[in-house]
Amino acid sequence: MQKIEQLIKEKARDLLAAGQVTSVIAWQKGEMFYDNAPGYFDNTEELDALVYNAFCAANLSKYLIANTKKDEKTAVFLKPCDTYSLNQLIKDRRVQREQVLVIGIPCAGMVDINKVKAQGLKGIIGITEDGDNLTVETAYGTKQVARAEVLLNKCLACKGSAYAVSDETIGEPMAVKHAPYDRFAVVKELESLSPQERFAFWQEELSKCIRCNACRDICPACSCEQCLFDNPESPLAGKANNNSAEEQLFHIIRAYHVAGRCTDCGECSRVCPQGIRLDLLNRKFIKDINEFYGDYQAGADADTNAPLLSFDVDDVEPGAATKGRE
Amino acid sequence: MLAAQSTPDKEFEQLIVAFCCNWCSYAGADLAGTARRSYPANIKIIRVPCSCRVNPTFILRAFLRGADGVIIAGCHPGDCHYTSGNYFARRRMTLLMSMLSFLGVDKARLRVEWVSAAEGNKFAEVMTSFAETIKALGENVKLRDLRCKK
Ligand code: SF4
Ligand code: SF4
Ligand code: FES
Repeated sequence: MQKIEQLIKEKARDLLAAGQVTSVIAWQKGEMFYDNAPGYFDNTEELDALVYNAFCAANLSKYLIANTKKDEKTAVFLKPCDTYSLNQLIKDRRVQREQVLVIGIPCAGMVDINKVKAQGLKGIIGITEDGDNLTVETAYGTKQVARAEVLLNKCLACKGSAYAVSDETIGEPMAVKHAPYDRFAVVKELESLSPQERFAFWQEELSKCIRCNACRDICPACSCEQCLFDNPESPLAGKANNNSAEEQLFHIIRAYHVAGRCTDCGECSRVCPQGIRLDLLNRKFIKDINEFYGDYQAGADADTNAPLLSFDVDDVEPGAATKGRE
Repeated sequence: MLAAQSTPDKEFEQLIVAFCCNWCSYAGADLAGTARRSYPANIKIIRVPCSCRVNPTFILRAFLRGADGVIIAGCHPGDCHYTSGNYFARRRMTLLMSMLSFLGVDKARLRVEWVSAAEGNKFAEVMTSFAETIKALGENVKLRDLRCKK
C-alpha cells in the first residue's frame, strides 16, 4: 500500500499543479494511525497529509454531491467497492458525472482496529502492511497478524477488484483474501426463527440506538437534500434517545429509503457507535429483491432501472411471498 | 410481550385504516353503501388518487398512531387509472410486508387487495374478513414497542 500511496500523491500533485482539477478528494491522516478521515485537497502543499493504507475504509463517493454543485472539476480516488456507490449516485442524478475524474485504486481489504486489539494486543503504536500480513508494533514488541483475521466486516462481503466506474486506474488489482462468507447467513437464520423471537431480537438490537444519525449521514444512497428526520414539522423527526413512538420507525424507514439503491457498502454498520447490525435490514431488502425480482446489484451500472422503479406484470402478490416462519 | 398480544378482557375495539384508490375501491365502497351491504364501522377510509400514492411511511405511521390493521385497496393489476401505479405499489408493499414480518410484526396486519368499482360485494367481504383477522390478532403494540426495551 506504501507504493500505492506514493502513486496517489504523485497523481494528485500532477492534477492540481496542471490545473486539471480544482480539488482532490482522498484520505488524510487522522488523530490516530487507525482513524484516517476523508480529506479535501485544493493545493499541492496540503498533499503531505494524504494517506492510503489499511485504515482508509471511508467511502468517498458521497462527498462528491456537495462538490459537483460547484462549477469545478474534482478528482476522487475510489476503491473498487466505492465505485458502486458513485455509480448509484450518478444514476440517482445526485452527482454530475462530467465534473468528476474517477481514479480507481486497488484495495487488499481494510482493517478493523478493534479486531486487532481483540487478538490480545495492547499498546499498539503502529501497523505496517506486507500483503497478506500485518506487522503490529506495540509497546511490548512486534507481532505478526494475518490480514484475513482482522478485516472489517464489510470487507468480508467484498465485491471484487473490478471498478464499476472509473476514468483511470492506479496500480495492479489486489484480491481480498478471507474464509468463505455468506452475507445472507444471519438474515436466513433470523427468518427461521418464530415471529416472537425475531421481534425480541430486533427490540434488543434497536433499543441500543442513540439516534446519532451517523448511519444516515455516512450512507451514499441516503442523499436527499432535506431528510424527513431533520424536518421539525415532520412527525418523524427526533434526535434524543427518546422512547416516544415516533422514534420507533427510524430504522425501518432508513432501510426502506435505500432499498434497491443500497450497494451493501457496509458503511452504516461500520460507523454505528452502538454496533447495531444495520446491514441485516439492508440485506433483508437485497435478499428479497433478488428472490422476488431477480438478482440485482445496486451501482453495478448507471443505466438500468432500479427494482422499485420498475415492475413486471407477473410480480408476486404482497404477502404471498414472505420468507420467514409464521 | 406475549401477554400484550393476547386479547384483553374488555371488548377489544380495533381500529383499521383503509387506503382506498379513488377510481376503484373507493367507488366500490360507495357501491357497497348504496347496495346496503354493511362492513365494519371501525374501518377508517382514506381516499388516495391511486394505490401508488401510498407511501410506506403512511402505513408505518398509521400503525404507530394506533391502527391495529392497515389495508390498501387498489384497482386490479392491469386496470390502474394511471396504467401502472398499482404495479409499483405492489412491489413496495411486497417488500414492506416482508420487512414487517422480518421484524416480528404479524404480516397479516397489513393487507393489499384489488377491488374494482363494480365490486361492492367484494369490498364488503374483504373489509369484513380483514376486520375478523385483526380482531383475532388483537391489539397491535409491536411497532410502538420496537425500540422500547422494557
Ligand atoms: S444503507 Fe449502509 S450499506 Fe447500504 S449504501 Fe447506505 S451505508 Fe452503504
Ligand atoms: S448509527 Fe447506530 S446509533 Fe446512530 S442513529 Fe444509526 S443505528 Fe442509531
Ligand atoms: S388508479 Fe386505482 S390503483 Fe392506480
